[in-house]
Amino acid sequence: MLVATVFAIVKLDHLMTAVMLMGFFSLLSSCIFMILDAVDVAFTEAAVGAGASTIFILAALAIVGRTSKKKRREKTIVPLIIVTCTGAMLLYATLDMPYFGTPDAPVHTHVAPRYLLESGEEVGPPNIVTSVLASYRGYDTFGEAGVVFTAFIGVMILLGAGTRKSGLEREAPPNVKVESMRQKIVLREVADLLIAPVLVFALYVQWHGDFGPGGGFQAGVIFASAIILYALIYGIVPAQKILPPRKLAYFPGIGLLLYALVGVVAMFKGGNFLAYGALMADPHDGQHYGILAIELGIGITVAAVMINIFFSLSERSL
Amino acid sequence: MSQIPSQLVEQLPAVQLLLTLLAAPICSMFRNGDLSWRIATVASWASVACAFALLHQVWGGGSISYEMGGWPPPWGIEVVIDELTAIVLLLVTLFGALVMTALRKSLSSIMRHQRQSLYYTTFLLCMASLIGITITGDAFNVLVFLEISSLATYTLIARGRDRRALTAAFRYLIMGTIGATFILIAIGFMYMLTGTLNMADLSERLPEHYDNKVLHASFAFFTIGIALKVAMFPLHYWLPNAYTYSPKATTAFLAATATKVSLYVMIRFIFDVYGVEFAFGQMQLGTLLVPLSIAGILVASLTAVFQDDAKRLLAWSSVAQLGYMALGMALLNANGLTSAVTHMFNHAMMKAGLFLALATMIYRTQSSSLAALSGIGRTMPWTTGAFAILGIGLIGVPFTAGFVSKWYLVSGALDKDWLPVAILLIISSLMAIAYIGKMLDVMYFKPAPAEFADIKEGPKSMLIPCWIFALLTIYFGIDTRLTAGLAGRVASNLLGAS
Repeated sequence: MLVATVFAIVKLDHLMTAVMLMGFFSLLSSCIFMILDAVDVAFTEAAVGAGASTIFILAALAIVGRTSKKKRREKTIVPLIIVTCTGAMLLYATLDMPYFGTPDAPVHTHVAPRYLLESGEEVGPPNIVTSVLASYRGYDTFGEAGVVFTAFIGVMILLGAGTRKSGLEREAPPNVKVESMRQKIVLREVADLLIAPVLVFALYVQWHGDFGPGGGFQAGVIFASAIILYALIYGIVPAQKILPPRKLAYFPGIGLLLYALVGVVAMFKGGNFLAYGALMADPHDGQHYGILAIELGIGITVAAVMINIFFSLSERSL
Repeated sequence: MSQIPSQLVEQLPAVQLLLTLLAAPICSMFRNGDLSWRIATVASWASVACAFALLHQVWGGGSISYEMGGWPPPWGIEVVIDELTAIVLLLVTLFGALVMTALRKSLSSIMRHQRQSLYYTTFLLCMASLIGITITGDAFNVLVFLEISSLATYTLIARGRDRRALTAAFRYLIMGTIGATFILIAIGFMYMLTGTLNMADLSERLPEHYDNKVLHASFAFFTIGIALKVAMFPLHYWLPNAYTYSPKATTAFLAATATKVSLYVMIRFIFDVYGVEFAFGQMQLGTLLVPLSIAGILVASLTAVFQDDAKRLLAWSSVAQLGYMALGMALLNANGLTSAVTHMFNHAMMKAGLFLALATMIYRTQSSSLAALSGIGRTMPWTTGAFAILGIGLIGVPFTAGFVSKWYLVSGALDKDWLPVAILLIISSLMAIAYIGKMLDVMYFKPAPAEFADIKEGPKSMLIPCWIFALLTIYFGIDTRLTAGLAGRVASNLLGAS
């Protein structure tokens, strides 16, 4: 089904349908991650791929128009050769790969045992993914938060932040269509029903990352999607009344700084950067609160980035 | 109280990264561009000081390891600093800070204040991520910071005044993404074989898999992916446009650092992780790299000679110079590697200086075409003077930095008894004389166009960094302890590791 979807996307001229299919593609791949027991990844893929990014692309489409122009045919032979070679290389590599799920594959015998057996003692959270992500490899995760922040800054620069008036400051266009989505009663009722639980669920995912699948990345995206849903139904202006974009623009930085601050405090307490154990007298407590704090930092950054990007895209189409 | 300095010294590797990485979000919060610029400049100069301190610690062949999060490798992520790391750190921070100092004037004409602070933020992020790539001892961590640096670079390029900057950035984005994906596949394959991501641990565990097809595929993906990022001929397609259309002084920073750090990653992985024997013996990297880099040097130099836009000319010259470094690496002897590492530093310095001098001229003329720059030697003598010194350095005239690296490269080729290669190198230097000479000829001996007849000398905040670059070029042409001396030790280390 994945392959069929991809072919359909490539062949379609109608961009709207292509975007819908891309959302479908993400949903499918999140199912695959689910089957592979990577629940956390499936979570993120469903929220980011199927949810947020589809909406972003739709918002972009609202600006540029929804059908692609016919282009002259270009030479396709060189790309074809390159793609074939890449595929052949990947197949070649599979010949010597350990079989799927072999217990004695190197992946399972080298660093993994310590993560599996001792993380409960050393770090604390029952969810091992969380302890690897936030503690053992917390530096990587710090980098990832940096990636999200960089993307935010990039979008802000390119879309011209600060040079346009936000929806709030702008005069309402005179010929505004009265027929907005607010009038569609089914949509409105469903949205009203959903938004509050989704927000609560986001908070649950945020604080429950220690115990079950979830954490800052997922929670941030879920939180943002609730806000985006609100903005879609009730219009961008009421949404910006709740979250003024000028203030919102500070939050990605604040989240990243919060993450770093945890690390720096640990440095002042005599540990290394991001060594949460040094935060408190009891290393376990230190790990626990350290992970909670950095997950909060990630959550703030991700949610604020998502909402910011959505606002600045939709402002352009106002 | 006496404990605090020693503690600070221990924490230096983390401090090195955090200075710029934390200054970035702080900068983004100010709407006042001048204030952000001050923060950014202070942060980048502090990071230069930090790089010097680290270099001082490892000088002579030491190495520092720092455990991020307090977890020992391979479970946690390790930061490793040796002499090669330290010199690349110095390159990134010092040249980054110099360009940052000059950036404010350079941007003032094309951007509003609010945008400027976001631009400094991006610049700092780019610098921080390059530092992150350089210091890490973890294969996956390289990729994380590579993502930041790529995103930041695309943004920096796309903000050029010209709309063409957008296509240049988009093209780079596609190529860069393919490169990063290939590197990710390569690292994934290595993880599959060994179950570790730590570089030192990888290098111990890979040799038993030398006959494994997964490792072969991993190596192929890595080489192509990183060659895309280095812009190694014939995968240099994105570079000329990206350099030509990126705004003003930014080009100086990108030309100095982005490709050099990728090259550093290439050296690290090929020599330290995969191992020389595997890369050059079993996988025959040399037979691929030597002809391609020589072809790259000649083709790109020749293309440079026929350009009539100064920025594009220098961009093509960069492709050629990257060829020198690749060749130095592929020669696989002490002199060759010494030249690769030395030239990495020297070329970063000279190219950054050249682009910066050019940016100063463009600040006045608003155009980088050679026609607009003609006669500029009389109206802006100081800027053109710095440009001339740096240009002569790039050709490789004795008593400039360029001579040192070329000397080692030619001796490396002669050590291998590759006389034709040495001759081709000298021919390529003649081409360098042709394209640098062409620019200097236009600048000094052509009459200035009427509209630019009475332009003033460039602003001091740009002129002084230009001259620092120029004087450093002469200094490192005479005193080679820092560059070639260190590079020699690094080279014997890398070769000895096999």
